[in-house]
Amino acid sequence: MVTETKNRTFVDEICSIPGGEGIKICIQCGTCTASCPNADKMDHTPSELIAMARAGMKKEVLSSNAMWYCLSCYMCTVRCPRGIQQTSLMHALESLSIQEGLVHTKTVTPTMYRLFNHYCHLGVLPELWFMTRFYLSTNPLRAWRMISTAWGLLKHGRLSIRSRKLTPSGSNQLKAILKKAESLGGLQ
Amino acid sequence: MKYYTYFPGCSCSSEGGARAYDWSTQAISKVLDFELKELHDWNCCGSTPSGSVDELGAFCLAARDLALAEKAGLDMVTPCSACYVIFNRTNAYLKQYPKLKEKVDESLAAGDLKYNGTVRVRHTLDITVNDIGYEAIKEKVTKPLEGLKIAPYYGCQMVRPGFGFDHPETPQSLEKLIASIGGEATRFPLKTRCCGGSLIISEEDIAFDLIHKLLESASSNGADCIVTVCPLCQTNLDAYQSRVNKKFKTDYRLPVFFFTQLMGLAFGLPEKELGIMKSIVSAKKVLAKYA
Repeated sequence: MVTETKNRTFVDEICSIPGGEGIKICIQCGTCTASCPNADKMDHTPSELIAMARAGMKKEVLSSNAMWYCLSCYMCTVRCPRGIQQTSLMHALESLSIQEGLVHTKTVTPTMYRLFNHYCHLGVLPELWFMTRFYLSTNPLRAWRMISTAWGLLKHGRLSIRSRKLTPSGSNQLKAILKKAESLGGLQ
Repeated sequence: MKYYTYFPGCSCSSEGGARAYDWSTQAISKVLDFELKELHDWNCCGSTPSGSVDELGAFCLAARDLALAEKAGLDMVTPCSACYVIFNRTNAYLKQYPKLKEKVDESLAAGDLKYNGTVRVRHTLDITVNDIGYEAIKEKVTKPLEGLKIAPYYGCQMVRPGFGFDHPETPQSLEKLIASIGGEATRFPLKTRCCGGSLIISEEDIAFDLIHKLLESASSNGADCIVTVCPLCQTNLDAYQSRVNKKFKTDYRLPVFFFTQLMGLAFGLPEKELGIMKSIVSAKKVLAKYA
């Protein structure tokens, strides 16, 4: 009984996120796994992740590295014979994993996504500063290795020190919208 | 003259890494008689990462742009595949999930905005081949790209999950476009496979594997160069090509163009106007015979 209640709760949580509801109709055919360019890098394949979620293995699912290797290439989504939006399901697991504080510790993708989102909320993604900040905060050695690539981009006028800005009124409008969204407490 | 609202996205903005895509798009629009009017005061669409961190916030980011675009009443065109998928997904989800729409509406209202869901979002390639058309393009060609073997690379998000303009796995629009500007599209079995996307930043080795496969596939099918439709695909294949070569001990030197750049060249526009020199892998050798 305990497992069933736990099971229902976790599946319900996933279903409450747009695109997540497909988890209920999966037939475990494995087409998503076979179509995924990164399935071999994942500790659990996409179809396995669905089976585990339905078995109520919340902690194991949310601390998996699998969804963080999703490239959002949507191959699984277009091939799923049940019409499940598998890519959205992966995104749903990512955000649940962040909410629950269960993020897989050996991938830095969540850190990158968070920083990306931070800039999005300011209205613009400044490529140079986003990359610099990310590398310095996660792996300064890689920042060093990136210098030649960055130099190539700079030399060809493809990295700007200056970043685009919204007008003050546009920026305030965006802030007000996002503040309201935050007060509504997410999608669930 | 055809008119559109234009959403360049961060990469194709005047401070972005793919500004050559923007330049060449603007340049061909003059030849083909369509006008792209940039959306005033747009914000980042949120791309894929935002939705994985804060879904409601991400839908609101996209919805603000859509609400601003709705006022002009025109189709909104973007050259970026990530922006394209985000806006179309937002449109679809706002119709499909009333609870989501309610929350997005309430958030937009805090910024005195309202979105009725009427903006049709299209990719630059879509309007080029479907609104302008292959025949009209062919008519403007003054320097056909004869003998140039081009691998047509679609990547993922322009064709998948699919918003109705080409096939999700075996699209054909780029091949037809290449033919209409006098080039030769090579066979390219991996044409809709992923370039690694934003994992190039966090999981470099994984992205390098994918990039290597694409370069190998293009090269072994005889391509002189690759043509792309997405700023991120272009950056991954172009700016990281030398590091992929180093890792896999290969020596690929495949210039990676935006489709708008190749169109501009075929229309006889100056390379400078098309931002050809902004490519990291030099296009000089490949283009020498067309100069």
